[in-house]
Amino acid sequence: MFDFSGLIDLPLVWYVLILTAVLLYVVLDGFDLGLGILFPLAPTDQCRDRMMNSVAPFWDGNETWLVLGGGGLLAAFPLAYAILMPALYLPVILMLLGLIFRGVAFEFRFKAKRSRPIWDWSFHLGSLTAAFMQGMIVGALIQGVVVVERGFAGGPMDWASPFTLTTGVGLVFGYGLLGATWTVMKTEGETRAWARRSTVWLLGLAGVSLAAVTIAIPAINAQIGQMWGSRPGIYLLAAVPAVAALLLVMAWVDLRAGREARPFLLVIAFFVTGYLALGLTLWPWIVPYAVTFRQAAAAGSSQSLLLVGTLVLLPVILVYTGFCYYLFRGKASHAHAGAY
Amino acid sequence: MADFLDFEMLARIQFAFTISFHILFPSFTIGLASWLAVLEWRWLKTGNPAFADVYRMWVKIFAVTFGMGVVSGVVMSFQFGTNWSVFSDRTGNIIGPLLGYEVLTAFFLEASFLGVMLFGWNRVSPRLHFAATIIVAAGTLISAFWILSANSWMQTPQGAEIGPDGLFYPTDWLAIIFSPSFPYRFVHMVVAAYLTTAFVVAGIGAFYLFRGRHAPQARVMLGMAMIMAIFVAPAQLLFGDLHGLNTFKHQPAKVAAMEGLWETRRGAPLKLFGWPDQEAETTRWSIEIPKLSSMILTHDLDGEVRGLKEWPRDELPPVALVFWTFRIMVGLGMLMILTGLMALVLYWRKRLFDTRLFQLWCMALTPAGFVAVLAGWFVTEVGRQPWIVQGLMRTADALSPVNAGAIGVSLAAFVVTYLFIFGAGTFYILHLIAKGPETEEETYGDHGLKTPVVLGAASAPKGGGYV
Ligand code: HDD
Ligand code: HEM
Ligand code: HEM
Repeated sequence: MFDFSGLIDLPLVWYVLILTAVLLYVVLDGFDLGLGILFPLAPTDQCRDRMMNSVAPFWDGNETWLVLGGGGLLAAFPLAYAILMPALYLPVILMLLGLIFRGVAFEFRFKAKRSRPIWDWSFHLGSLTAAFMQGMIVGALIQGVVVVERGFAGGPMDWASPFTLTTGVGLVFGYGLLGATWTVMKTEGETRAWARRSTVWLLGLAGVSLAAVTIAIPAINAQIGQMWGSRPGIYLLAAVPAVAALLLVMAWVDLRAGREARPFLLVIAFFVTGYLALGLTLWPWIVPYAVTFRQAAAAGSSQSLLLVGTLVLLPVILVYTGFCYYLFRGKASHAHAGAY
Repeated sequence: MADFLDFEMLARIQFAFTISFHILFPSFTIGLASWLAVLEWRWLKTGNPAFADVYRMWVKIFAVTFGMGVVSGVVMSFQFGTNWSVFSDRTGNIIGPLLGYEVLTAFFLEASFLGVMLFGWNRVSPRLHFAATIIVAAGTLISAFWILSANSWMQTPQGAEIGPDGLFYPTDWLAIIFSPSFPYRFVHMVVAAYLTTAFVVAGIGAFYLFRGRHAPQARVMLGMAMIMAIFVAPAQLLFGDLHGLNTFKHQPAKVAAMEGLWETRRGAPLKLFGWPDQEAETTRWSIEIPKLSSMILTHDLDGEVRGLKEWPRDELPPVALVFWTFRIMVGLGMLMILTGLMALVLYWRKRLFDTRLFQLWCMALTPAGFVAVLAGWFVTEVGRQPWIVQGLMRTADALSPVNAGAIGVSLAAFVVTYLFIFGAGTFYILHLIAKGPETEEETYGDHGLKTPVVLGAASAPKGGGYV
């Protein structure tokens, strides 16, 4: 069957594609998970309605990037999928349960009358759990995974440690920040004022979290410590915190100047920076410190088949996703957006 | 050995539980999406407000069901790795791209245009809204295409070879995507989804007529549903029969289990009922129609049908389960055909919409499709055991190296969560049904607003008369 292995570096292309899908997921679902994290802090029920309405048309599409990340991993790097899912069994299941609770809240909340508080909490706790577990999963990847032959060989609780607790909390603050700046952009009045105040706090908390994780990494992993201490790595170590801090300060300045869209975009840039740094640090591992992306690659023909579809369909998907965001541009009202 | 079995059992129960829950939602949304598209088309074409009322009522039910379908589906896409990691490793080259295409061609389409379908009323023109409904409907069908292609390959694998490392490698993609059982499974499943929806709609329509409420809209519901029962239910019998013939060719042990047939014989009878006894290798107390099984399967009264004793004992599925779920499915199919015939007679007598006994009958059959779909999948999946890839890889060899405690805890969490969440979803759907189609202007949310709130200052309502 057709196979482009001879023409292009398929595993590399797929590694980049999967990392891109996950990045898109983090940014897109990040802001709507962030809304859920901040949900109970909002001053009034009306604010909560507006926040919910501002993401109701998008959340499903956003979450689909996660399905693409998981499905893409199975398709392009089945070995990695087969090792990581058992290794991360409990956090993955907890994340999925969280996503269930928050996902149904979009529909149930507006149908409920007396039971509405249940779905407010379901939305909040579901989002919080999902975000926290995703943060712990990132931490567990940085920690490394025990592998024997082609399978996970560690214990069921390997993923839980003080370090992954830190990354979990860090991602909750990070998503909260994305959610707060999105709310500034998409609402007005009381809701926007509250979101502004929250953003200021979260800028600080996200900054501190990133610093804590950066300091902890060389301590928990000697290999990375060495890489960061030596030639090209040390530039990275110096540049990333500087750029990240700069972006946060710029967001703060913009916020004070009353700008509404730019803080959101700057926070996205902040996420991209951290993500790239992490990617470079973990290169070329796909199951850290055990399997590289080349070792985990699927058959050339399998990667080729899906690549054809991806190259054709991904631009189309991006266009109609963009169209949907354009269609629902502007500020959200407090009425049930489900005007159907 | 004993705890290993427990562990395998737990993983299987978890998979069966989560997918059985998941499939209930697609069974309903695949049919509902297509029906909503037809309703909107009829409304745009005729201007008859009853169509719009019915659309508005059912699109709310659709939204709730779809939401539950999505969250339970996201779980499924990770279960291959969490519970069947060795399967993922060995067949990833084959199954992976099929699931990848499902995400790229179907999930994004559905998810994005669902937003337009639900929230776009006063933002887009009626035409564009109609297009969004059609796109969502097409998305559900495309999704079924890919996932059933993956499942069919596991039932009737071809187009791949096993490498020296034990992994499956693709040799012919078209053969993989269109494996022998795929066309039958695809048609049979999509039709099953249409029937499931039709019988839910019929049940609700009949309920309104029975109570003397919403008569014009209820007639649209019951009438359209009965068109499905009259024409499509008999077609399902035909498709199911063809599907069974195909299975007879490729998975004869499964068919022998469906028939409860132990001895290979010519002129095999059709067992209507009986009690398969796996230990004694016989089917007790069976009521038989002579030679009919040979007739159906080989088109020859004396054709040979292989019995279960042909296979080693450790290559047999749990026979009683397959035998009984098959009868439940076919039995319900027969009741559906009967419903169509009753509707036809009543229609001729001009009594279709006011026969109370028939209304009760339709109400009783509301869940028939769901039960038949689950029964059908149990036949298919349990009948394939002990194989996960027919003849090539055993389910027992597909398991993840996960601790039994972790699976037990997560299984318990899934059961509690699903019962709570999907119980609440059912409650809200029943609430929407009790409210019925509103003939007056919609009220928006709980705020009692009578006119649509335009979300962005930037966009004026186009096609404002839409709602
Ligand atoms: C693409 C693959 C795929 C698809 C579309 C389905 N299944 Fe499946 N099913 C499997 C792949 C699979 C599997 C991975 O192959 C399992 C896991 C364990 C096993 O024995 O086969 C399985 C097992 C399995 C079992 C347990 C059988 C046993 O352990 O004896 C049940 C009851 C179902 N499935 C039910 C369903 C239902 C209701 C489906 C409707 C959507 C369905 N399956 C679709
Ligand atoms: C093991 C098998 C299955 C897996 C892994 C799976 C996976 C998924 C996922 C991830 C979603 C959510 C997509 C989103 O985010 O929008 C989904 C929804 C859906 N699935 Fe499945 N699915 C399976 C079985 C099936 C089968 C057998 C069918 C149909 C015959 C089906 C049809 C659908 C449809 C139509 C949806 C859209 C949501 C809905 O209508 O409720 N799935 N599935
Ligand atoms: C009326 C007579 C029917 C016959 C003869 C029939 C036949 C069959 C057969 C032989 C299979 C197993 C195929 C295999 O595993 O290889 C099957 C599976 C299935 N049936 Fe039916 N069926 C009938 C009615 C129905 C009805 C009414 C529904 C649902 C509304 C339904 C839903 C299903 C489903 C969901 C499956 C599993 C998916 C598949 O393998 O296609 N069937 N059917």
